[in-house]
Amino acid sequence: MSAPGGPVLELREITKSYGEREVLRGIDLTVREHEAVALIGASGSGKSTLLRCIDLLEEIDDGDVFLDGEVITDPAVDPVAVRRRLGLVFQAYNLFPHLTALENVMLGERRAHGASRAEADARGRELLARFGLAGREDDRPDNLSGGQQQRVAIARAFAGRPRALLLDEVTSALDPELVGEVLAAVRDLKAEGMTMLIATHEMSFAREVADQVAFLHEGRIVEQGSPAQVLEAPQRDETRRFLRRFQGITQSI
Amino acid sequence: MPNDRRLEREAAKRRKHRRGQAIAALSSVVILGGLATLILTSPGWPEVRETFFNWEVFKDSFPDVAKAFWLDVKIFIVAELAILVVGLIVALVRISRSPATFPLRALSVIYVDVFRGVPTILLVFLIGFGVPALRLDGLPTDPVVLGAIALILSYSAYVAEVYRAGVNSVHRGQRDAALAVGLTETQAMRHVVLPQAVRRVSPPLLNDFVALQKDVALISILGPLEAFREAQIIEAQLFNFTPLVAAALLYLAVTIPTARIVDRLGGPEGAVR
Repeated sequence: MSAPGGPVLELREITKSYGEREVLRGIDLTVREHEAVALIGASGSGKSTLLRCIDLLEEIDDGDVFLDGEVITDPAVDPVAVRRRLGLVFQAYNLFPHLTALENVMLGERRAHGASRAEADARGRELLARFGLAGREDDRPDNLSGGQQQRVAIARAFAGRPRALLLDEVTSALDPELVGEVLAAVRDLKAEGMTMLIATHEMSFAREVADQVAFLHEGRIVEQGSPAQVLEAPQRDETRRFLRRFQGITQSI
Repeated sequence: MPNDRRLEREAAKRRKHRRGQAIAALSSVVILGGLATLILTSPGWPEVRETFFNWEVFKDSFPDVAKAFWLDVKIFIVAELAILVVGLIVALVRISRSPATFPLRALSVIYVDVFRGVPTILLVFLIGFGVPALRLDGLPTDPVVLGAIALILSYSAYVAEVYRAGVNSVHRGQRDAALAVGLTETQAMRHVVLPQAVRRVSPPLLNDFVALQKDVALISILGPLEAFREAQIIEAQLFNFTPLVAAALLYLAVTIPTARIVDRLGGPEGAVR
């Protein structure tokens, strides 16, 4: 595992509202090179919105996001160029149903990164094999299990050699027995030093993989630190309440 | 005894199936037989058979009507290809969000409203007789071309709305995912949204084509010798409607196969069982 380096993603005072509803109320967060930051918090606390704002799929109201020191939330910045430097994996996979697994992985390579068909094909096959999907290249998403689909989605996001990967609750839509194979894929990326911001409900996974855990509550990061600090010895009442409720749910399962 | 019960269930299923078939057969005989009896015993049937279903007239007129029908086939093939393209362009303009395309977007809304709202037969009249009356150089004067243009304008308005509905039915997450892998908005539309939209709307598109294939007969009011007009001419000479029945059979020969393709695309629910 590589040691964390300089900041790749820096979020300063991000705010975002939908009409009257304030979803993000001033988020400050830094993700360093090779670092995995787990974003935890209740459903509706703004985790997905934050990731979508970073990938410029939503426009923030105020604040700045820096990628490798450059501001990317300036209206003058071309969002397409920014998205080509980031990878986003969706909770519901969002694979392209009319394309095969291989074509899903190749599309960005071919059209966004200008790779030749042969290059994109070779890289696509290599990535699918890496995530345990050798032999499934020509399958359409609806012939794959949820876990396989999400691994294709991870390969697709990774194919563009992103500076950072944004993972949006990538196991939440999966049957419990399929969660492990997707987490293994994320673990594999972490081992190789991928910089990641991971919105997750998997506390044990956050503890294992993340270098930092940030707890998002009502649009603010109320507590942040190492997994041991935040998950074992939380300082704030909100964090304790959240973790207690969460443990209750986990145990009742 | 699960084995006995299984045999019993299968026997019951067979009985039910057989009874269903018997009921279907009986109701067909009653309804179709009743209708046939009603028509065949009606007081005017001998005259109707003579003027509509005269085998001699059918034999003599069919080759001419069929030859004229070839013009219908050519018109609807060309029109369908043009409609696919024009409809798509209108739909894409209407979907676009760029401020630069605002005037085009407004035009596309007006175009769809007007051309979908005017009866096709009026459009054929207005374009077929109105355009040559302008006496402008370079504008087509051939009634076949003008009639085809009228049909293309009318049906493209419908087809544009079909495309638009298809694009709107593709989940927003697809566009998000396409942008997330680094595609531009245009590439996302071209490679991700449109292919899914077109697949989804191909049954209603073909359905519009079934309607178009018979509406080609409307061009006859401009004079070209297509199947309906040829049949009318023979009818007027012989005072016998059988040539029109021949023309009807020719239209069915193309519309029914198209309808079956629609059924197949729409899945097993559409088919008659």
